[in-house]
Amino acid sequence: MRKTATACVALAAVLTAAPAVAQDVKFVGIFEMSGPGTTAGTNFKNGADLAIKEINAMGGILGRKIAITSSDTASNPTTAKALAQKAVDEQPYILLGPVFSGSVLSSMIVAQEAGLPQWIGGEAANITQQGNPFVFRTSFSQAQSMPKIANYIAGDLKAKSIAVAWVNNDFGKGGRDQIAKEMGSRNVKVVADLSTEPGQVDFSAVVTRAKQSNPDVLFVYLNEEESARLLRELKKQGWDMKKNPVVGETTLIGQKVIELAGDAANGAQAHVGLTIDAPNPLLTAFAAKYEAAYKAKSDHNGIKGYTGVYVIKAVTEKLGKFDRKAFAEAMKTAQVSAKDNPGVLMSVCFNKDGDLDRDSYLAVVKDGKQVIEKTLPPVGICKVP
Amino acid sequence: MQEILQVTISGLATGAIYAMVAMGFTLLWQTTSTINFAQGEFVMLPAFLMLGGIVVLDLPLAVAFVGALLISAALLGAAFKRAIIDPMIRHGVLPLAIATIGLTLALKNGVKAIYGAEAHPFPHPFPVEIWRVLGVAFSSYDIAVIASVAAVVFALNRFLNGTMTGRSMQAVAQNPEAAVVLGIDVKRLILYTFVVNAALAAAAALLVTPVYLFKFDLGESLGLKAFYAAIIGGFNQMRGALVGGLIVGVLENLSAVYFAPAYKDAVALGLFVLVILFRPEGLLGREEARRV
Repeated sequence: MRKTATACVALAAVLTAAPAVAQDVKFVGIFEMSGPGTTAGTNFKNGADLAIKEINAMGGILGRKIAITSSDTASNPTTAKALAQKAVDEQPYILLGPVFSGSVLSSMIVAQEAGLPQWIGGEAANITQQGNPFVFRTSFSQAQSMPKIANYIAGDLKAKSIAVAWVNNDFGKGGRDQIAKEMGSRNVKVVADLSTEPGQVDFSAVVTRAKQSNPDVLFVYLNEEESARLLRELKKQGWDMKKNPVVGETTLIGQKVIELAGDAANGAQAHVGLTIDAPNPLLTAFAAKYEAAYKAKSDHNGIKGYTGVYVIKAVTEKLGKFDRKAFAEAMKTAQVSAKDNPGVLMSVCFNKDGDLDRDSYLAVVKDGKQVIEKTLPPVGICKVP
Repeated sequence: MQEILQVTISGLATGAIYAMVAMGFTLLWQTTSTINFAQGEFVMLPAFLMLGGIVVLDLPLAVAFVGALLISAALLGAAFKRAIIDPMIRHGVLPLAIATIGLTLALKNGVKAIYGAEAHPFPHPFPVEIWRVLGVAFSSYDIAVIASVAAVVFALNRFLNGTMTGRSMQAVAQNPEAAVVLGIDVKRLILYTFVVNAALAAAAALLVTPVYLFKFDLGESLGLKAFYAAIIGGFNQMRGALVGGLIVGVLENLSAVYFAPAYKDAVALGLFVLVILFRPEGLLGREEARRV
């Protein structure tokens, strides 16, 4: 009788515990949930969480639901590296994040050594120039986006000189080097090189220096909060965006930046890889779902987190198994169409370095909203389906 | 020349805010020998309260400011004195300073837990326009900030020198023992000092948050710069804090524009080190002797 009771208890334990262990596929997220990268990291995490919730509601990936645990890097590369090590010990299928390039560079070595595929939000060009076969982007590398911006500044705006305001971290330094190179090859002179600090709150001197150099265009390459503070300072000092356009990348006119800068953001222009204001019904539907879930508008990082998880789903299902090494190999030639996989929102392809390619946009802020001026075709590093 | 004028005005506006926070440091030091390392967070909390009034209660900025001022006076003035200063002061300057560092962490993390770690927009209390005077362009906001701080300093000066309460506060600051002999209610007047400090912090919050944007760590760099400014000007002189703040603000701006923006934050630190080395009492401070 006693043996029977023990067996029943053991059987019950197995029946209740086994499905959760067998069916869940583990993801680990390391995001900037505090510190200067809060806006970026929180959006990325929210986007990824939303995609995971939807995928789980549809039955998961290959019949297994995704279980994710997330940690805060505090926007600190050392913490990011430690959390990546912790993630490796948990043996997940995928590591999501971080978003800041400095944190990506410190954590990617750990993931690479463990053969753990890592989906990152960083844009610094050197991330995918180091031969790491396990790192994959959710956005353009600076090497792809800067030529597009340079063409716009030199061609459409016919600028002969620019001032560059950049943030002194891996993301900013990479962007500054790339834009200086691209401008140089188009005979556009960099008349002011304005370095700023991550988390900087006072931009009065930066704007005064920019005004002093009187550039045809002010190019801004800062993180979101700092972009908003700079835009407010530009307005305070009476910068005329019609006479001297202010141009940047996605981080200059993201949703959060527009919210923070208010009407000071009007007139700012940028190349945006991903935006909820794009003329794309899938992105519009995503924007509504995100806003319903988080009572806030998604910026490009929210879209990055969301599409990243859906690309993982599409590639894994095509592969037919959960095999980290095989997954990384398959990513080198991955082509995911939005028609067959609506969750990816825009058709995308990847190359052997983990860089991606797809359409992008040139946008300007009008009346507190991003307005798409132009759709730019893929750069051509791989074949977009 | 026009450019130097513009840069100086802009620096004076920044420095005026440093000065207002720095004056709080000197007020508390003079009356209770307290170094309040939570001074930056004393600016952040009223900003948080104002934002709460605007976003949650849909109040106009002016009403939210008055509400935040009153709550700050109660919380960061009276309650801070009763809960932290009174029980800790008998243990000396160091334990008290550590207690205020603890308060810094508590305030920052408390606000972060309630309102999140993201930045939030904050409305300007004055119009943001460009005024041109004799061919020189000035930001109306900078001028308004300088005028506001000047008005606050003038009012505080009138209060301290032109009223019985103010003169009694000065007597307490100069010699508490003698003040007791003269029949002055020292405890009550020390409480007033804390309330004045909280009010200064609330006023600084109104002026600085539209530029810095609201975030739980809003007070970090401001508190540090104000501390440097108070040391540079003279920790035991309110006018020293005022001058220190203005010097730091102007030199930061001039160095960033004519040298390199990247070294802007090093200016206050460099001046601080020089003053500590060559004139420890500060530019306008007086030497202090202490019994050991």
